[in-house]
Amino acid sequence: MQITINGNDKHFDTDAMSISALVLHMNLVGKRIAIEHNGEIVPRSQFEVVMLTSGDRLEIVGAVGGG
Amino acid sequence: MNDALVIAGESYHSRLLVGTGKYKDFTETRAAIDASGAQIVTVAIRRTNIGQMANEPSLLEYLPPEEFTYLPNTAGCYSADDAVRTLRLARELLDGHKLVKLEVLGDPKTLYPNVIETLAAAKTLVSEGFDVMVYTSDDPIIAKQLEDIGCCAVMPLASLIGSGMGILNPWNLQIIIENANIPVLVDAGVGCAADAAIAMELGCEGVLMNTAIAAAQNPVLMASAMKKAIEAGRESYLAGRMPKKLYSASPSSPTSGLISGNG
Repeated sequence: MQITINGNDKHFDTDAMSISALVLHMNLVGKRIAIEHNGEIVPRSQFEVVMLTSGDRLEIVGAVGGG
Repeated sequence: MNDALVIAGESYHSRLLVGTGKYKDFTETRAAIDASGAQIVTVAIRRTNIGQMANEPSLLEYLPPEEFTYLPNTAGCYSADDAVRTLRLARELLDGHKLVKLEVLGDPKTLYPNVIETLAAAKTLVSEGFDVMVYTSDDPIIAKQLEDIGCCAVMPLASLIGSGMGILNPWNLQIIIENANIPVLVDAGVGCAADAAIAMELGCEGVLMNTAIAAAQNPVLMASAMKKAIEAGRESYLAGRMPKKLYSASPSSPTSGLISGNG
């Protein structure tokens, strides 16, 4: 399936993947991040249960220096 | 003297709020923030660098949340929708954190605020339970409207973001301060310690700055200077300055007992 992550299309060789699995795959476990799934914020507690489907859009953000 | 800055019910002993951008590295960021004595630090919310960040250090490791109050901002947002979306993500990122800095820009060249979008975003954010510190122009009417919406602090610019031009319209700031029942902080435009002291002497409750420290030749020393300027300006404001006179017929030394005198 194809997921758009932070504006980039990514291909995954699976048809069923939770947000947790994606976070693991992306080496983001333990990082302080927040995720928006098709425009909706996904609370961290829901990462296990929210399943991704082809065509989904994800925004994965963190805190950086700024004024 | 107990003279705390109170924002959204929380007390802070430092009236200097600092940004965390534009530093050489995180070590310098941390050293400058320590020297500034700031307790509230702004952070930006950005897309995570997917794929190339395995062991990259993060800002938050250098500024642990136990030590600082984060103020996530909406820098780079040009619409109310983008600003609201960014701060919803920030709240999730920071475990339900409510204190935020709203800024909606109108123009990438000047970074001048778009007050129409700012008002719209403020309404939504306040209704969603955020404590909104809002960056705005130095228009007293807009500042009052932002207060009426329910923002917890209003932060007019001294001059444009990153310009270091200092306080261009102290008279407008005075009107904003006089009208306000919430803290007024100057955000943006301060260039040197004197500017910060002047803002505080006008009666601002605090000053938020980033570039003035980060772009100084010696950021850590400038951070220390800013700390002192904020404290000096605040004490000068509270002490109440002497009236200005064109000249004085009252010298500081006694007028009698002069050795050449007759009396």
